[in-house]
Amino acid sequence: MKRYSVFSLVREAARYNEGWERAWRSPNPKSSYDVVIVGAGGHGLATAYYLAKNHGITNVGVFEKGWLGGGNTGRNTTIIRSNYLQEESSAIYEKSRSLYEKLSQDLNYNIMFSPRGVMMLCQTEHELRAMKRTAHANRLLQVKTEMVGPQRVKDIVPIININGPRFPVLGGLWQPRGGTARHDAVAWGYARAASDLGVDIIEKCAITSVKKNGNRVSAVDTEKGIIKTKKLCIAVAGHSGELAKMCGFRLPVESVALQALVSEPIKPVMDCVVMANTVHGYMSQSDKGELVIGGGADGYNNFTQRGSFQHVEETVAALIETFPIISRLKNLRQWGGIVDMTGDRSPIISTTPVDGVFINCGWGTGGFKAIPGSGWATAELVAGATNQDLARPFSLSRFQEGRMIDESVAAAVAH
Amino acid sequence: MLKFECPNCQFIADETELSSGGEAHITRETHNSSDKKFSSYLFYRKNPRGVHFERWLHQFGCGKWFIAARCTLTMEVFGTYSAQTLKPPPSIIRKIKNKRPDWEGFSK
Repeated sequence: MKRYSVFSLVREAARYNEGWERAWRSPNPKSSYDVVIVGAGGHGLATAYYLAKNHGITNVGVFEKGWLGGGNTGRNTTIIRSNYLQEESSAIYEKSRSLYEKLSQDLNYNIMFSPRGVMMLCQTEHELRAMKRTAHANRLLQVKTEMVGPQRVKDIVPIININGPRFPVLGGLWQPRGGTARHDAVAWGYARAASDLGVDIIEKCAITSVKKNGNRVSAVDTEKGIIKTKKLCIAVAGHSGELAKMCGFRLPVESVALQALVSEPIKPVMDCVVMANTVHGYMSQSDKGELVIGGGADGYNNFTQRGSFQHVEETVAALIETFPIISRLKNLRQWGGIVDMTGDRSPIISTTPVDGVFINCGWGTGGFKAIPGSGWATAELVAGATNQDLARPFSLSRFQEGRMIDESVAAAVAH
Repeated sequence: MLKFECPNCQFIADETELSSGGEAHITRETHNSSDKKFSSYLFYRKNPRGVHFERWLHQFGCGKWFIAARCTLTMEVFGTYSAQTLKPPPSIIRKIKNKRPDWEGFSK
């Protein structure tokens, strides 16, 4: 792999940009791998990268049904924050956020991480109280956040209307080190770096069945033939249930559509991320000038990657009161992704009832921010590392032991 | 937008006046059940990419529950029936089989 640097830019500029090579290899699959990862989205690729980099396991094949980063990695609103309530969540999301800070250097790929700050609005008394609790919890866990009053919110976000009749702004939970990153670049950067370490990424190759020897995985049947493996890691978000079915177990997740939209591009009006959880909407401005708006999830099982129309209306109608400036903007695009929701709104990073099969799923509406931390933790689990503290609390067994990591208050809507 | 005919009031209702109650025909476990069965009853749900049976509440209508057979991939509604039913009625099963010959059938 040729490294990207200012010198390579100059060199290529001088020779008509003809020397750039493909960012990652597209090999034919080998007949066997030490680890097969299903799903070349952020979580799958990050797992592959950290398996190779941290644990020296490079004989890894990442199989993707569609194209790389074409699922939820390419469909989210790119928000990165770690102001979670519970200890276990804070640990993994803060690990993730701190990895994001140096990810461009680590991967030698500009992921455009922008720590522009995340403001979570409090628009009811209940929310104000809940956010204060979160702020205290964050302080105990050394996650840098602070409660700010309405006037400070207005100073940070000048376009906001803090005196709305239905949804006045009573305060905000401000995480100055949160922000956004370029979502596609995260997938591409991990793919390039993992590929360079020897990981094979095989796109447009679906897994059709999983072969077992007794209760242990032995191979996967793919569209490009049978691939032998002793370890299988599933990282397919909304379609986890389908893969689990192939392996012969069930998961405590349900898939629903979550949608987002962007406005036409306008001049810079807002330089941070604002999340209004009461009204089920969150907004940031992309580098192109579009206002990126995330909405609520559908209330029923759904695999359409489209979402219900009325949610768009609900989200936008509520946001207009808080941001009157957006009332005349045109909607440019709207899309949906299939997210996998667990009962406690926390993810699953776990071994499964089938030996050698690992699962990374249940990120629900907030998987993007977790990509580096999730990959790090999943790699520790799959490699059988001695330290698995990040992943351990998120095991499947918690649903039987009643050991929930309840983030439904902190994360049910806005993620 | 999804539309269901409520079998209780025969009104054709938009999804905005309904609320979803999740998987139908779940067996309620008791305190005598094993941990595994109980956690399965509490948290584990069928999540099919295709034919699904689910409970719906006609919340802003007659206020009663019913069960709908729906495809989660195409959003096609095969039919609705009374919530006081232990398993899908044969007429609904037939309808689904006609439209989805590959469907594996209903199982608990």
